[in-house]
Amino acid sequence: MMQMIEGSHAVAEAVKFCRPQVIAAYPITPQTHIVEALADFVANCELDAEYITVENEFSALSACIGASAAGSRTYSATTSQGLALMFEVCFNVAGMRLPIVMSIANRALGAPLSIWNDQQDSISLRDSGWLQFYAEDNQEATDLHYIAYRVAEDPSVLLPAFVCFDGFILSHTYEPTDLLTQEDVDKYLPKFTPKERLDAADPISFGMYATPDYYHEFRYDMDRALKESKAIIREAGKEFGRMFNRDYSAMVEGYRLEDADTAIVAMGSICGTTKDAIDEIREEGKKVGLLKVRVFRPFPSENMAKALAHVKRVAVLDKNVSLGAKGALALEVKDALYSSGIPVKDYIIGLGGRDVRKKDIKAIVELVEKGQGDIFYGLRREVL
Amino acid sequence: MADTVCELFDCGHRACGGCGAALAARLVTQAAGADTIVVSSTGCMEVFSTPYPETAWKVPWIHSLFENASAVASGIEAALKKQGRKEKVVIMAGDGATFDIGMICISGAFERGHDFTYICYDNEAYMNTGIQRSGATPYDASTTTSPPGKCSFGNKRPKKDMPQILAAHGAPYVATASIAYTADLMQKVQKAINTPGPCYVQVHAPCCTGWGFEGDQTLAVAKLAIETGLWVNYEMIEGKLVKVKKVVRKPVEEYLKTQKRFRHLFKPTRRDAEIATIQTIADRNAEKYAIDIKLKKE
Repeated sequence: MMQMIEGSHAVAEAVKFCRPQVIAAYPITPQTHIVEALADFVANCELDAEYITVENEFSALSACIGASAAGSRTYSATTSQGLALMFEVCFNVAGMRLPIVMSIANRALGAPLSIWNDQQDSISLRDSGWLQFYAEDNQEATDLHYIAYRVAEDPSVLLPAFVCFDGFILSHTYEPTDLLTQEDVDKYLPKFTPKERLDAADPISFGMYATPDYYHEFRYDMDRALKESKAIIREAGKEFGRMFNRDYSAMVEGYRLEDADTAIVAMGSICGTTKDAIDEIREEGKKVGLLKVRVFRPFPSENMAKALAHVKRVAVLDKNVSLGAKGALALEVKDALYSSGIPVKDYIIGLGGRDVRKKDIKAIVELVEKGQGDIFYGLRREVL
Repeated sequence: MADTVCELFDCGHRACGGCGAALAARLVTQAAGADTIVVSSTGCMEVFSTPYPETAWKVPWIHSLFENASAVASGIEAALKKQGRKEKVVIMAGDGATFDIGMICISGAFERGHDFTYICYDNEAYMNTGIQRSGATPYDASTTTSPPGKCSFGNKRPKKDMPQILAAHGAPYVATASIAYTADLMQKVQKAINTPGPCYVQVHAPCCTGWGFEGDQTLAVAKLAIETGLWVNYEMIEGKLVKVKKVVRKPVEEYLKTQKRFRHLFKPTRRDAEIATIQTIADRNAEKYAIDIKLKKE
């Protein structure tokens, strides 16, 4: 049913429909509205879950480890500093192959302290073994939670997943959103029945240490599972489309890209602004299109290379920066397009909540046409 | 070995001969029984018991990180509750994981009141990383990060009073125990497990390698700790002291002399003032917990 609803609340509704048995979370702006709404659901018996109000994010994800290993579907949400505090636990969750789903209301990392949006937080965990989904709008942010659980819990995957949506820009924005019903979600998302769990009837050991004889293969196995999850994501997205008319089978999605000379590659809410800008640029006769990246891990290199094979140039919008190198997305795009020879320019944009407007996208298109890029876009020279 | 009896903490692990912590693991799992899920912190016990693909644990067991055992246990307890399962959750963590790096997680979990039993096997230093001091290291003990030297007598501070800290959190059952008193230890573990809420048992578990004594002396050293008043076995229910092990106290010197970690107090020169300070710590323990048995004059 279509509702005018705040992004965080819509996500909380989606999480409720996923029936997590254990939630462990710690409040942090701009994630708070999600965990407040979930606390309300539990307090009113709308959600039958144990809600652990932990003392920090490190313990939030650690508690999720225990719950997930004991065989319960488990959920958390965080952002920014909270995610940074979870750094050690994130690697552990993935290594223990626990399919925990966590919402990330993307926010910048300090210092300087910033509560506003960019994607540095989740991007910085790109090597941790978590799947990473990025939402363009609140509809996608809610739907991706169902898909994330279905993929993460697939016996061939068993890896955790971030569902990333831009803090404030999406989390605190009201949009018309089509919420599924419990019945719908129950049909789409099977119960979590892990083959292995902590169980006195069948004792096993979780989280043993590995000598150099084994560690290498453990990492290989995670990498393989993450790469092979692409097929599972495709199928889960397709099935979602069959059932609810919104197809998420594509890990990268083109917008007016078929005949484009210039392609913009971006992730998250910036894609909406970019689409509007493209419509206006097209009216000026320029063939510009967008390739939206919905899944950053596993990285869909092949799909990207295929989708961009015909373009003359690529502009990547990065709401993050690997300081001393480039934006993380640009590095991936360059890798995916390496053998094509298509020039790829990077634009670090919108860090710490700096607004990205249509005119910025238009300016970037002009820059990439001139071959100018690999820059921090829109620097205020007067404060440098 | 065909003639060994299978236990819940089984033979074949890689602990040193005479390891106090390994004995603690045997006794705790025996007392807790098969319907137990064990959560370990990173440390000696985790390492000597679970080199992949081998495990010494015949109960479900999980290790995540160094500092998060009580948070992991919180999650397990919540999941069991939601699934209607009855297994007991027991944490087995060393003193470094308990007194130092795990302190925030422990405080949070005890405040929230989860139903688990936290066993700290206290060998009074970071043994797994090579004998560095922790908040549980006793006064003047030599470790690799509290070495005696020209201007040092070893560890500068007495042990942190962890049981009292957890009693102050409202833990319904807090006890100290020693591997030298096995029946007492097992009874305390059972009491803790059968008391709803977060319970804490701190087990003195001498480390022959880290403390510097022969592996066949572990129980004797543990016993001397009690007999000198440097370790007190007691029980607290709802924050009230209900039971204390009383002793005819021996001078602390008898305990100190058994271990190389205190050797610098006797050689090359005897440090009477330092030994007297340690005696004062034992005297204070004796007074605080009223452990002294007064013998009638013969």
